[in-house]
Amino acid sequence: MSLLALDQLTVTRGQCPVVDSVSLTVEPGECVGLIGPNGAGKTTLLRAALGLLPHRGRSSLATLSARDRARAAAWLPQSREIAWPVTVETLVALGRLPHDSRAGRVQARAVETALERMELGAFRHRKATALSGGEQARVLIARALAQEAPLLLADEPVAGLDPASQIFTLQVFEALAREGHAVLVSLHDLTLAARHCTRLVLLDRGRVAADGPPLEVLTEARLAEVFHLRGHMLETPHGPLLQPLDVLR
Amino acid sequence: MGDGAPGRVVSLNVCTDQLALLLGAPGQLVSVSRLAHDPRSSAMAGAARAIPANGASAEEVVLLRPDLVVAGSYTARATVEMLLRLGYRVERFEPARSLEDARENIRRMGALLGREAEAAEVLAAFDRRLAALADQPERRPVVAYYLPFNETAGTRSLTGEILAAAGMENLSEARGLPYGGRLPLEALVLAHPDLILVSQPYDSPAQATSMLQHPALQATGTLRQVVDSPNWICGTPAVLDAVAAMRALREEWEATQ
Amino acid sequence: MKLALSLTLLTAALGLASLMLGYAPLPPRAVLGGLVGAGDPLHVMVMQEIRLPRTALAVLVGAALGLSGAAMQGYLRNPLAEPGLIGVSGSAALGAVIALQSGLAAAFALALPLTALLFALGAVGLILLLAGPRGGSLTLILAGIAVSALAGALTSLALNLSSNPYATFEIVFWMMGSLADRSLSHLALAAPLIALGGATLLTLGRGLDALTLGEDGAQALGISMTSLRLRLLFGTAAAVGAATAVAGAVGFVGLVVPHLLRPLCGARPSRLLWASALGGAAMLLTADIAVRLVLPERDLKLGVVMALIGAPLFLHLIYKTRRAG
Repeated sequence: MSLLALDQLTVTRGQCPVVDSVSLTVEPGECVGLIGPNGAGKTTLLRAALGLLPHRGRSSLATLSARDRARAAAWLPQSREIAWPVTVETLVALGRLPHDSRAGRVQARAVETALERMELGAFRHRKATALSGGEQARVLIARALAQEAPLLLADEPVAGLDPASQIFTLQVFEALAREGHAVLVSLHDLTLAARHCTRLVLLDRGRVAADGPPLEVLTEARLAEVFHLRGHMLETPHGPLLQPLDVLR
Repeated sequence: MGDGAPGRVVSLNVCTDQLALLLGAPGQLVSVSRLAHDPRSSAMAGAARAIPANGASAEEVVLLRPDLVVAGSYTARATVEMLLRLGYRVERFEPARSLEDARENIRRMGALLGREAEAAEVLAAFDRRLAALADQPERRPVVAYYLPFNETAGTRSLTGEILAAAGMENLSEARGLPYGGRLPLEALVLAHPDLILVSQPYDSPAQATSMLQHPALQATGTLRQVVDSPNWICGTPAVLDAVAAMRALREEWEATQ
Repeated sequence: MKLALSLTLLTAALGLASLMLGYAPLPPRAVLGGLVGAGDPLHVMVMQEIRLPRTALAVLVGAALGLSGAAMQGYLRNPLAEPGLIGVSGSAALGAVIALQSGLAAAFALALPLTALLFALGAVGLILLLAGPRGGSLTLILAGIAVSALAGALTSLALNLSSNPYATFEIVFWMMGSLADRSLSHLALAAPLIALGGATLLTLGRGLDALTLGEDGAQALGISMTSLRLRLLFGTAAAVGAATAVAGAVGFVGLVVPHLLRPLCGARPSRLLWASALGGAAMLLTADIAVRLVLPERDLKLGVVMALIGAPLFLHLIYKTRRAG
């Protein structure tokens, strides 16, 4: 049973298609990286898949009721907004909103698990707005984890984080996938994407240009055509490594 | 005092204060408004001092156990509605807009207080004095009564009728403003009336009232201050004092012609 | 829980003080006896018909203003928001002014508050027309500002054209806010609407909590933004419209109370809702008590006293925030 099925999903702004006839499925156990240059439509695709944008075509998530959808998928938006100086614990607990609020112990356990997983135990009583950018990002991810949804959709969750935090976050996603969840995460760092994702979907001007294992998708030809980049895909003893060299005009 | 006459009367408005004070039997009027004690608003401030003042709140009035409450038509709406709701008799008086209104208010207050005989006497004295004061001289000065906010008093107002009774011609008549209206300072000066009347200044200056002391007005040489403003406000026999004062002013002006 | 208890106790204590206070001193026995209908019939009348409605209205109006302030701030994610932003109070004031100018207010008792209420509800209808049930919070604010500005302009026009100085004073004083001599019929008019509006606003807790994560985040958590917005508009219109209709324009409560109580609620919007309701009731009771204690012979207006309490408090809050941040 796929956790997400998109069929000919199209989003237009005026006459222009920002997302153009995208079809893909996400199965449990996958950690799918959504990559593409700026303006390729990654954020639009994710939001339309969630039903947050009007679209043509079909998304299995968008057809669900709001509550069911919130239980089926957790969404980490790109803008890491925290409107009020609530405690970390309170913020993470917001992930439980789609679930029955009367099941107190279940709620508390889910929040605990999320806090532990993101190593936030020491921060739980601190004000979320008083933390550093990296710590806030971890808190928001913990909120998504607390939602205990089978599917996690994340828009640039590691942008602006230090390398350790980036790797830590993606390792959490990998672990989730191994446990039977699925993750669809949009990324700019192609090396990270190649190392931690089981599958990459390459978006170019709204269309799916490639969909498959990282090494098949990230060829030098594709780098040139889609990213306008001259680069080397290296196979090292420590895994794949992309070396960007120059901009192609 | 007849059987049906109210034994305890509370007044909430400076004009009804004075009417009730004038016509009431001793001890009939038990409370007046605060303005009754203010000589700038009340022509009977001295006489009113013997009567305690109220703040025109329903609670105070109720605890005074009145048989009749008299108020102005602009007295606090909520208070009047509350008193009516609680079953008290409230009689509202419109401000007098003519000498006839003043006579009618006197008559009505007399009827309400069960003092018709006294009211009739007051009215007879009023008519006699008015007849003695009012005359139609050959030359009538053109007069403007200038009010705050660049307003001029019209002929169809209490002020206008006081001026007419004193043998003055009102500028607003010529300007087509029977109910008074806006007359910019420039227009007033250019119209060059024989006399420009303004009331005395307040203690606290305000743009609207300090304008009445504008140098342009002073330069005309025709500016006169009215010093007995309280007599002009309410429709009581005190308006005749105002008529007398204006008549004296008119005679002074005649002497300079 | 502790916060709920202390706020309730505070409000109850202030309510009791408000009942004991009036323009004429009544001994405590007369106060309590009068409330339940025992003792001197005059005291019963004063307590049941005059002091009780005033105190009850102070609680309801304060609660309505505090609650809708908290709801507005939660929805717009902006601590400077207040109920006046959607133009409800300005439109209610316009309705009252028109009733006074046209003489409609004298036609029958409650004509004035009813007209004010009508205009308040009309304003919200206009806003829905302008901003639509969907769309972002920015369009809502802009529509509210437009309606407020229009109502303000028309009110000024009415004052400008007023040829009767007494009517002008009546309007100006009404706009300064007052609970003096409000009767049980005012209470009967306002209470159901404030209760309905307040109950509606209290349902926003879950949605406002979710909005801590932004509109996208909240929607993905299963919150319907359309439903939230409609409930906010309706609840505010009913509660604040009714409150302004009977008490005139009273500002600052909806702005200051949520600010004061936010740190005590852990900044959680849902908790802030009922806390601000209680806090607003307490604050307005305080102001109304001050009206009766301070310079009673000068007839201070409620809105004026509220502003004199609220503005320095607000400045102090800002100063504290600046020092901390």
